[in-house]
Amino acid sequence: MSSAIIVHDVYKAFGKSDAGRFSWAFWRKASRGAESADQAPANKKSKVVAVDHVSFEVQPGEIFGVLGPNGSGKSTLIRLISTLLLPDGGYIQVFGHDVVEEPMAVQRLINRVSVEASFFKKLSPMENLLYGARLYGLGGRESRERIVQILTRLGLEKRSIYSPMQEMSRGMQQKVAIARALLSRPRLLLLDEPTTGLDPRSKREVQAVVRELREEDNATILLTTHDMVEAEELCDRIAIMDRGKVVALDAPSRLRGLVPPQNGRQPTLEDVFLELTGRELTTEGA
Amino acid sequence: MSVVTHQLRATYAFVERNANLVKRYWSWEVVWLVYSIANALSISYIGLGMEQLSGADANVDGSRLALYLIIGALVWHFLSVIFYWITELISIERWEGTIEYTLMAPIHRVTHMAGQTLFAVMYSMLFNVIILMVAAPLFDIDLSGANLFGGALMLLAGSLSFIGISITASTLPLLFPERGTQMTHVIIALMLLVSGVYYPIDVLPGLLQRLAVLSPATYVLQGVRAALLEGSATRDLWPFMWPALLMGLAAIPAGLKIFGLAERYAKRTGKLHRNG
Repeated sequence: MSSAIIVHDVYKAFGKSDAGRFSWAFWRKASRGAESADQAPANKKSKVVAVDHVSFEVQPGEIFGVLGPNGSGKSTLIRLISTLLLPDGGYIQVFGHDVVEEPMAVQRLINRVSVEASFFKKLSPMENLLYGARLYGLGGRESRERIVQILTRLGLEKRSIYSPMQEMSRGMQQKVAIARALLSRPRLLLLDEPTTGLDPRSKREVQAVVRELREEDNATILLTTHDMVEAEELCDRIAIMDRGKVVALDAPSRLRGLVPPQNGRQPTLEDVFLELTGRELTTEGA
Repeated sequence: MSVVTHQLRATYAFVERNANLVKRYWSWEVVWLVYSIANALSISYIGLGMEQLSGADANVDGSRLALYLIIGALVWHFLSVIFYWITELISIERWEGTIEYTLMAPIHRVTHMAGQTLFAVMYSMLFNVIILMVAAPLFDIDLSGANLFGGALMLLAGSLSFIGISITASTLPLLFPERGTQMTHVIIALMLLVSGVYYPIDVLPGLLQRLAVLSPATYVLQGVRAALLEGSATRDLWPFMWPALLMGLAAIPAGLKIFGLAERYAKRTGKLHRNG
């Protein structure tokens, strides 16, 4: 069986590494005569390597977790898979389609939930989701029924469905974001910290929907999260990223074996995370 | 579901979304409508004012001048509203944070532009009809000898090239998240200057007259004025229509190509995600 996602030696950096001969900075320095062009020092605007030669595969129907501290490259990785960024090196395939060569074939198979619930805030969930559904080619009547069904399943009251999004709490908005992603019945769902900012009950409802999606639709799910318990409960395998690199990748139970027991206590996933990344957890988006 | 059905539904997605936004921001639309009416009227009153200021000896036909100016105001309003709806397609979505969701949807960019353009043309047309309904009784506008069909045809022909220019201009907010929207104002301001919106281009200095030849609005305005003021037959509008159509046929594919390159650049450098 072919993989749902193949990420092979993917590299992505932002910013400029140096003032090359064809850059404006090079000629500006040369024209000032402060130093010769060949001796011009590196541009002070530093290059940030967001994803550093990352490779892994995700199997169809798998829930694959990506853990990492802020700035570790999780969100960049998701943007690369979702065709919103172009890799500088390596390649990514989604169900056999290359994200750079066949972006539209990939886009038909995926959907994404980001940590920020981004909507037209004056529009209602129904209006926002109808817009999203039509972009994926769904008809109006079919979409309206499904929108009500998914939103009520996620715990939204019917009257909220027709009120402007700006009147809703962040947690409710995040549920609408999840509903938007589910509407197109994606074969691959990319969840970028979907439960950040949700109360415990909402968090559980979202987690139940994720499980349901896998069980009923056999969807493949790539999930980034800061919630270790959530990662452990939902994910079949977890990759831990730090400074753009994958520093560990295995099933949660095996990852725990990477750290020896401390004071007679079995290590948790959080212990493993802290040991491997060497940084403290925070809740902001990467 | 066929590809055509999918793309048609996606086109409608933009029309419906924009209509919903207009509905939700209805109070702002009322403000904008009042502003547009006041703007068109104040420009047109210059015509009547000129008759009075010049005195009887000057033999200025104030009503004709008012009609000349109101045609300029309406045509410019029509074209500039199309321009702003298209150029703001990126900035609005970046402001709301939805840009990544729209750009990762499985739709062709031409579908995206078609939906935005379709709404822009309908919206602009509606506004112009309302402004005309208010202005007509105030200026006692007599269009009995006018070729209204020819004028409308000229307007639609001209809107094609404006769509192309607007698509190109919409790359500015994509490439320059902080100041890109403001940069688009320069384009529209220069076109307003050289296209003869409120005066014949003959009064411009030589350099600006040469630039006027490159502006599709020049031909649209001359064609619409010929149709409405002179009552020229539709076939006689061809000298104004073909340059506007030709510019449209060149500008739309060029705009789409440029937008495609800008989108690729934005995806390479990570500019889609930035708020500004």
